[in-house]
Amino acid sequence: MANSQRYTREIPHRYRLEAQKFKSGFVSLSRRYVDPETGEQEYEKIILKGTGTILTYTVIYVSADAFSKQTPFVIAIIETDEGARLTAQVVDCEPEEVRIGARVELVFRKIINEGHSGIINYGYKAVLI
Amino acid sequence: MVGIVGYGAYIPKYRIKTSSIAEQWGNDATTIEQGLMLKEKSVPNIDEDTITISVQAAKYALKRSGIDPQKIGAVYIGSESHPYAVKPSGTVLIDALGIGPDVHVADFEFACKAGTEAMFVAYSHVKSGNMDYALGIGADTSQGAPSDALEYSASAGGAAFIFGKENVLANVLFTHSYTTDTADFWRREYMHYPRHGGRFTGEPAYFKHILGCGKALLEKSGLKPSDFAYAVFHMPNGKFPLKAGTTLGFTKNQIQAGLVVTAMGNTYSGSSPTGLTAILDIIKPGEKVFMVSFGSGAGSDGFIFEATEKISEVQDLAPKTWDQLNGKRFYLDYGKYLAYRGKILFNDIV
Amino acid sequence: MREVAVIGIGISKFGELWDQSIRDIFAEAALSAMKNANIKKIDALYVGSMSSGLYTMQEHLSSLMTDYIGQRGAAGFRIESACASGGSAMRLAYLEVASGMSDIVLAGGVEKMWDVDDGSAILATASDQEYEAYHGVTFPGLYAMMAKLYMHRYGLTREELAQIPVISHKHAVNNPNAQYPFEITVDTVLKSSLVADPLRLMDCSPITDGAACVILCPLEMAKDFTDKPVKVKAVGAATGTIALHDHKDIIRLDAVRLAAERAYKASGLSPQDIDFVEVHDCFSIAQILVAEELGFFSFGEGGKALAEGQGTYGGKIVINPSGGLKAKGHPVGATGIAQIVEAVIQLRGEAGKRQVNNAKFGMTQNMGGSGGSCVVHILEAL
Repeated sequence: MANSQRYTREIPHRYRLEAQKFKSGFVSLSRRYVDPETGEQEYEKIILKGTGTILTYTVIYVSADAFSKQTPFVIAIIETDEGARLTAQVVDCEPEEVRIGARVELVFRKIINEGHSGIINYGYKAVLI
Repeated sequence: MVGIVGYGAYIPKYRIKTSSIAEQWGNDATTIEQGLMLKEKSVPNIDEDTITISVQAAKYALKRSGIDPQKIGAVYIGSESHPYAVKPSGTVLIDALGIGPDVHVADFEFACKAGTEAMFVAYSHVKSGNMDYALGIGADTSQGAPSDALEYSASAGGAAFIFGKENVLANVLFTHSYTTDTADFWRREYMHYPRHGGRFTGEPAYFKHILGCGKALLEKSGLKPSDFAYAVFHMPNGKFPLKAGTTLGFTKNQIQAGLVVTAMGNTYSGSSPTGLTAILDIIKPGEKVFMVSFGSGAGSDGFIFEATEKISEVQDLAPKTWDQLNGKRFYLDYGKYLAYRGKILFNDIV
Repeated sequence: MREVAVIGIGISKFGELWDQSIRDIFAEAALSAMKNANIKKIDALYVGSMSSGLYTMQEHLSSLMTDYIGQRGAAGFRIESACASGGSAMRLAYLEVASGMSDIVLAGGVEKMWDVDDGSAILATASDQEYEAYHGVTFPGLYAMMAKLYMHRYGLTREELAQIPVISHKHAVNNPNAQYPFEITVDTVLKSSLVADPLRLMDCSPITDGAACVILCPLEMAKDFTDKPVKVKAVGAATGTIALHDHKDIIRLDAVRLAAERAYKASGLSPQDIDFVEVHDCFSIAQILVAEELGFFSFGEGGKALAEGQGTYGGKIVINPSGGLKAKGHPVGATGIAQIVEAVIQLRGEAGKRQVNNAKFGMTQNMGGSGGSCVVHILEAL
């Protein structure tokens, strides 16, 4: 679970897929200060289009308590068309439909409610296209 | 002229059949299906709420408009299921879509009329010259108490409309609103489910306001029902809008295209707005739409739209309303439905 | 730099230790190690723990543990590197002795995991909190994604993967310290409940309370305390990306390969010289990936080789004679030290029925997260 302070600063990448493109072509969705391979510090801000491919996935049957009402759910590692890698749930499908190599699109969804009185966590998930 | 420059609807992929609910409460499914003209209703996925539905509908509206989100000067979401009691829905949406921070944002609530209310204010902003573009949304993950008649219809979905002056898809020719204090349906703070006055929600509420607003709008415009290609009214079930429409002089054919309730249920603030998007998906340039919403409490907003040449260019740019209703969907049993709708008492997570 | 030896080992019970707190468990292992080394005083203590704070609300283990093992005043440090906390504590304790700064140093690890209900969320803090755990991924989930890709790419079958825990349990039968010292069958694995497809409960290491400690001193002093000192021949440590999705190749563990390369280079040894290895098999698939990175099998071939018995007695190399994390138990912060304890038992020739014959060089490989950190030690029988 996030608290509202930590949650708020992650909004640009989580809500609208703000990413960084470094000179080498490396694209990172996670906020970075240097290109981990080249050490280059200059980058441009880009917004990912939200389409990509599943590199691998799993179906989670036993989760942390905060996610237990969603099980079983699919989690995948996705490479976006810009080359950024990310981990996200794949929703609106039966787990059997998911494949390595499947094409997906990122959508805006609720991740969890923080109990009955905490903040609602939103972010990206993927749907098959 | 000022009108709609972008529109989009989003309907979740999950459904529950009328028969599954009827079976749970020992009711006769056939009678209900026929009485309400409802075969099934949409249910939000466990990770969907009014905000996520609004974001997806607005994404489609932006796609059809082709405008830079930064140019939108106001965002209004009308709903009676805003996820927070205190904290706006609209703020999440603008940060998800790259609108603002120089933007006016407000959440509206007026039972099932909140969506057209948002459209009304968004339209008025542009018309007054306050701003170039404004976004109005009606969306709900509607509540209905278990075993209440509303449980058969309360569904999930929403529609978004961007109003502007250039590249208009459908001009707004006339508007009218009609409001009284009528306690036909309400939900007090901290209550999970709305209550209603049963048959009192019919004649003294729904019909009085729809007909009052509809007649005044026709009069104001000088148009006759036969001047319209389509008409759409708030859809608490399949029967009410047909009855209200024919009373005003519209034919069943004019209403059918926007009668999404039969496949979706009543999306409350998203009801007549998704009916409108279903019509915009197929409307031809020059055709007119007559629209009257209804919100308990009670009031109606009326609009007359006329499609422009531009509409044909954008209809295919995003998923259409009936395609979403008839496309891939997943059926829930009643137990799963309760879990998805948060109607089961869970322990809190610490 | 001075050469360093292990002169004492101690290990607590591994399991669900309802009557013991984190300090009780650690004291049991530490006092036993000091007794084993015939020492009364230590100069410094390094204790590895992944998350004593989240598991027990207790941080500041340096102060707590030195006091409760009767060593007030000794220098104390708590080391954290997720599941590689123990191995990391060992490396730093080794450096303290090798550098000449201290003579008698305790390297320990402890985790008290059964004081909470929602351990999954705590373990997930070893992943990228904002970019992985936020989305609901669990550790079984991360390794399941590696398993899914490995099976997809190399054609490893679910039945072959199931052989790994079967062999681990066979080894654990002869380990009196093991949490689960009993045999299981492939059928047990395949019929156990799904945790994260394709991994089932019997592919996963258990949740364990436990502690382990070793005592280090300069090799030249070792004979003063014990007849069977074991030399710390080399250590290699490295880091990788914290997020699995940032691995260049999702099923390659760069940190393990780098740590192993460094240990081999420092020792002048190669994989063929190693008689047994204690690897970080937190999940069945991890044993395969690690065994490949350590150079015991070619990439893509480890799975089938291990399923055929190449990682047990009579095979190419004995992997996890202790039963490994799977069967011996995995108190995360203690695991790296528990591996050293097993290596010392083997190299002293005290392993009884699970003794690897003529063991000269033993390796330990302790890993954090989904491969985000790794420490490899090579120990030598003298």
